[in-house]
Amino acid sequence: MSTFIWFCGLVLSLLLCPLLPGLVGKLKGIFVGCPGPSVWQPYYDMLKLLRKGSVYSQTTTWVLPLAPLVTLAALLCAMLFLPFAFVDSPLAFEGDVIVFFYFLALGRVLGVLAALDTGSSFAGMGASREMQFSSLAELGMFCILAFLLRLSGRFSMSGLLNAADSSMWSYSGTALFLVAIAFFILLLAENCRVPFDDPDTHLELTMIHEAMVLDYGGPDLGIIHYAAALKLWLFTSICSLMIVPAGLLSGFGGLLVFVLAQFLLGGLLALVEAVSARFRFLKVPQFLLGVPGLAIIAIIMLLLFK
Amino acid sequence: MSEQFLILRNPGAAPLLELPLLPFAQFRRQALAAIARRKARVAAFFAYTQGGSQRLLLILAVDAEGILLLSSCEVKDSFASFTPEAPQFHCFEREIYEEHGLEPLGHPWLKPLRFNQPGQGEASAGVCDYFKLSGEAAHEVAVGPVHAGVIEPGHFRFQCVGEQVYSLEISLGYQHRGIERLLRQGPDKRSVHLLETCCGDSSCAYAGAYAQLLESLQEELRPSPRAEALRLLAWELERLANHCGDLGALANDVAFRPTMAYCGRLRGEFLNMTAELCGNRFGRGLIRPGGMGYDATPAIVAKLLPWLQISGKELYNALDLLFNNSGVLDRFENTGTLERKTAADIGLVGMAARASGLQQDLRSYHPYGWYRENPYQAARAESGDVCARAQIRYEEIKSSLQMVERTLKELPEAEEQEGAAAAPDLSLRPKQLAVSMCEAWRGELCLCAMTDEQGRFEQFKIVDPSFHNWFGLSMALRGEQISNFPLCNKSFNLSYCGHDL
Repeated sequence: MSTFIWFCGLVLSLLLCPLLPGLVGKLKGIFVGCPGPSVWQPYYDMLKLLRKGSVYSQTTTWVLPLAPLVTLAALLCAMLFLPFAFVDSPLAFEGDVIVFFYFLALGRVLGVLAALDTGSSFAGMGASREMQFSSLAELGMFCILAFLLRLSGRFSMSGLLNAADSSMWSYSGTALFLVAIAFFILLLAENCRVPFDDPDTHLELTMIHEAMVLDYGGPDLGIIHYAAALKLWLFTSICSLMIVPAGLLSGFGGLLVFVLAQFLLGGLLALVEAVSARFRFLKVPQFLLGVPGLAIIAIIMLLLFK
Repeated sequence: MSEQFLILRNPGAAPLLELPLLPFAQFRRQALAAIARRKARVAAFFAYTQGGSQRLLLILAVDAEGILLLSSCEVKDSFASFTPEAPQFHCFEREIYEEHGLEPLGHPWLKPLRFNQPGQGEASAGVCDYFKLSGEAAHEVAVGPVHAGVIEPGHFRFQCVGEQVYSLEISLGYQHRGIERLLRQGPDKRSVHLLETCCGDSSCAYAGAYAQLLESLQEELRPSPRAEALRLLAWELERLANHCGDLGALANDVAFRPTMAYCGRLRGEFLNMTAELCGNRFGRGLIRPGGMGYDATPAIVAKLLPWLQISGKELYNALDLLFNNSGVLDRFENTGTLERKTAADIGLVGMAARASGLQQDLRSYHPYGWYRENPYQAARAESGDVCARAQIRYEEIKSSLQMVERTLKELPEAEEQEGAAAAPDLSLRPKQLAVSMCEAWRGELCLCAMTDEQGRFEQFKIVDPSFHNWFGLSMALRGEQISNFPLCNKSFNLSYCGHDL
């Protein structure tokens, strides 16, 4: 039964993930005083792109068309280790954390290689920025993992994320809260949201992720959009699983809460995007280095008060 | 040796015979002296052919005295470049070289400006030498001429070290239409329309400057006080619409959506107010030589007043959001800084010059039209960064809103022959030289015309504010992060077609 719920969670994630950027777009529109695009807009865009043909520059090699597929495949593989709907993944094993993050890294490396493959100066700049900022984000990510490891004593994604039961909130709530904030900052950075990147900009010189995918069109771009939506869903999932106490909820109730939590986080994301301006690039590293700072403080609190 | 200048006030005309024709050495010396001592700026510098010889005409604007200094000289094949001493000449000299083949000897970087060399076939815009940077971390980024947004074509060549811009070269000319050539032998039916389309977002300024030019060349053309007031209305509404749109675009460039959304809509309101006056959102057909193409009926005035007050209030709200957001200010401050000295050296004009601490605004220092009756205090800022340029816009929005409101309330009564705009192909006084300047929303717009024996335009020269200011953008980008280029670019928001003509 629980495996069935997990499976439902996985399928719902795959189906609903484009709704998350759609919701963010809609809410952002409302926050700034205009109707905003339909919440279904990402689906329309993807369907439109999938019907088109692809055009490749003559200077590119096989890396360019390969990258979106690998990125998507890597994300899908990584997702299999998440405890959807608060149910441990059937594939979970101790140490799958490493597999999980290396799958994410694999997708990124292929994206960067494809960007360099185009030979475009924009894509090259985007790739350089992506690597610079993600290497800093990685440090924060591993500090957060260290915290969760300390909290749960387990080393699988399912174990780490399902560690927070209701009793844990009572004795390490503050630390958990700090880590949730730190992870939300990472979520913004990793998913190219304001204030780190601007997913809606048309200005190539300011882009990070968008600059890397400038040369794509048609189905490839559709896949990239889908992978981006999936990645956002994956990060909001981790964030919600981390803070919502597991064990309280099981079965379809857990599934419902899981899905709602993603959209709540989407609303929070829209709010942050609507009221903040983008950082200048020189400030991004400072802000990203705050993440390991927060995580380390949380670890110390855990060590002192547990 | 005493200085020999023809002194004019804006707008003004004088017989061509009064224009001093000097030996080149004296022409050059007294021009450089006026720039150094009287803080004169180059308003226009161009070559023309008269009596079989090639001549140079220089118009200097002295803001402190509110006068224009004109002088001319005869040259053959080449002349000693002014640029090494006064960098503000560099684009004018490139233009002279390109259009007349007169070589400015000693010009540091003589290359095509608009790629319209006569007699050399189809010139390809953008194909020329650029600065090169070599080294381990050096790389080149080429942007345009086709851009991601729906904007005009222009080519930007960055030499970067990592994320930092070492130099930026801007190559324009893609929009060259030959407007000055088309205007010769005018005025005719097309003239005013050509002027209005020189730079579409400054249509009112262009039409106004052209109207003043013709009025100074023909005594019969005298705009009534009501027409003068309505012109001010048109100019200030144009300024409001553009400043409002630009502040919204600046907000967009730092991904601050609320102000962008509001300003985008409010810009439409100001454009629609102009449309209420004349049926065109950019004010085409509104200003005509001798008067106005359309009069503001009491019904229109009654409609505009509350509309303006509501829109103004909403605009203040949107701008308060922008200027009270610390994230936005952090992006604006110390970005794209143009020092005061640099700005003065390269002859920056208008809003961008005021943001760098220069005191210049034609409305204050060379008043024309209704600004003579309504003294205007030019906005001031010091820092010369994106923030200063944004704040200058904010200040000018404030003063424009007040001016428009006051003008609407105190509109002079119509005279008997109101609205009788001049016939488009009227003949002008023969053998005259006329200069008319107007503070377009970007800055100084200068029109200069010479008439022949029949009273037709023999020469027509247009100097758009963007012509002065594009180099300012290049300078603002030196040492700046390349990711800040769109922000700096938008803070100047220069016109491509105004430069290319």
